[in-house]
Amino acid sequence: MSLLDGFATAAQPIYLLYALAGVFLGTAVGVLPGIGPAMTVALLMPLTYSLEPTAAFIVFAGIYYGGMYGGSTTSILLNTPGESASIVTALEGNKMARAGRGAAALATAAVGSFVAGTLATVALTFVAPTAADLAVRLGPVDYVALMVLAFLTVGALLGSSVSRGLVALTLGLFLGLVGVDAISGQQRYTLGVPVLTDGIDVVLVAVGLFAVGEALYIGSQLRKGPVHVVPITKGWRSWMSRQDWARSWKPWLRGTAIGFPIGTIPAGGADVSTFLSYASERRLAKGRSKEEFGHGAIEGVAGPESANNAAAAGVLVPLLTLGLPTSATAAIMLAAFQRYNIQPGPLLFENESALVWALIASLYVGNVMLLALNLPLVGMWVKILQVPRHYLYAGILTFAAMGAFAVNFTPADVVILVVIGVLGFFMRRYGYPVAPLVVGLILGPMFEAQLRRALSISEGDPATLVSSTFAVAVYASVLVVMGVSFWLRRRERGLEEVMAAEERAAGEPAATPADRAADKDKEMA
Amino acid sequence: MSVVVGYVPNERGKAALHAALEETRFRGGPLVVVNSTRADRLVDPRYAQEDGLTELEETLSRAGADYELRHFASRETAAEDLLGVAREVSAELLVIGVRRRTPVGKLLLGSTAQTVILEAPCPVLAVKT
Repeated sequence: MSLLDGFATAAQPIYLLYALAGVFLGTAVGVLPGIGPAMTVALLMPLTYSLEPTAAFIVFAGIYYGGMYGGSTTSILLNTPGESASIVTALEGNKMARAGRGAAALATAAVGSFVAGTLATVALTFVAPTAADLAVRLGPVDYVALMVLAFLTVGALLGSSVSRGLVALTLGLFLGLVGVDAISGQQRYTLGVPVLTDGIDVVLVAVGLFAVGEALYIGSQLRKGPVHVVPITKGWRSWMSRQDWARSWKPWLRGTAIGFPIGTIPAGGADVSTFLSYASERRLAKGRSKEEFGHGAIEGVAGPESANNAAAAGVLVPLLTLGLPTSATAAIMLAAFQRYNIQPGPLLFENESALVWALIASLYVGNVMLLALNLPLVGMWVKILQVPRHYLYAGILTFAAMGAFAVNFTPADVVILVVIGVLGFFMRRYGYPVAPLVVGLILGPMFEAQLRRALSISEGDPATLVSSTFAVAVYASVLVVMGVSFWLRRRERGLEEVMAAEERAAGEPAATPADRAADKDKEMA
Repeated sequence: MSVVVGYVPNERGKAALHAALEETRFRGGPLVVVNSTRADRLVDPRYAQEDGLTELEETLSRAGADYELRHFASRETAAEDLLGVAREVSAELLVIGVRRRTPVGKLLLGSTAQTVILEAPCPVLAVKT
């Protein structure tokens, strides 16, 4: 029933318009390499202060889903993944496009994203309230354990290097400490500067790292030659043949089944699921499809593209029910919730039930819109790529500065933004992922509060941290997740080497695993 | 003395190339084909890629012309690249393709053809499609 109420809200014309704006913007930023949904949500956050929360979250959710759809277009037509979850799509998708089957590749990616997005949203609808019911019973000790899990997975597992991820995470935790201590009222790390007593606003950090840092990085290497767009020769009528449908539907469902659970547990977000899906499709392929793998097999596009959309929905489960973000975009959405004084967590479904169900309903609506937007408008999305980079990034910098000013209407915030932007540039330049920093900054204060609450209940006895069965189970699963993920990463690297070797053999310039890893860091947003 | 043509991989570019080939036949002397990009965007449809280049070279050698292909990325605009090459080879004639523009579009974006025509060191042949 609550979902129906949500639909009633989301179907109001004004909310439909917001959803349309969100998915439109999301697809555009998904198409553009270097600009991800995290950056867009961060940039828009100050602008949405005047909106009511429901409208703001419908826009954000649209951007989030749209980004997943848009990334596939650039992967297939340009062999330049628009965002990290589409790296795998480029492997088979671009080969298909070169072989003149670009329309089919785009269609299977879009329809697969729709199928997976919708199924995963259905799963979210059923799993989230159940998870919330369970989460109500969790105490501070359990939250400490869950946050340790989130820190380690985001910090150590998402990037290409464990140590760099942990450095970024620590930096984020440190920035979270700046300001007045909530319990004792003491100033910490404010260096006597009055502006810092309120702490460093999450919006400033997110916009500084994702927008300013990225713009500076692009500015430092502005002129890179244009890439080749594979033209879609056949008309739009020849999207997918009967045989393409027959070969695609199983990978769509398998991709969904792989993506959603991986998104739900904090084990590396959407990218891991795409690699897993690709590997399984490659293994399951028989006969002609098997020969086609590496030369443009439709299964290799259908599977990973559904997996990344399903994972995107999965990420919302821990975000909404536990208040734990497992990707950069989710972290920024959490910051947006906090800005409206809404705390995602077990009580969200009771206290803000109208908002949550409207948000979930808008995901269904957004998926339908994206399917309608994506296929016929591919030409327009490719046109966006013709915008000269300096115009694009000049606009982003202006937006970033305005947004930073709008946080508190103090010029000092713009200075902080620039400082963090420069930090972001150097992190980007030297391969430090920025997502762990944002997650550390947002979760750090929550972690501290829960930890101190747990310790004051036990009167300072650290043994309390392993006193609940749930916490012990979480710590055990940390070990398991770490083990599995390192194994997966070895597999992933092996897969990349195989791909690189095959491409070299085919006489094409191959993206080295190092390049791909760099892309992945860049686009962890 | 040579003929310089500004080439873009589309109908207009082909029309200009065609006219330039005719002129070269009359005047003798080499034909310099210019295609450049500022490389400041991810996709530039006016910059010929591999298959476009092969096609271009085929057309040129089929016409039996004595040609030179200048295909490069530069920091200047297309008009400046073209004028630069024309001055460098002291061109006898510059050939470009032109298209209809709205007054507003011209106001906002400027016109490559106009810059070339007004600043060229030699006569300019503007080809309509």
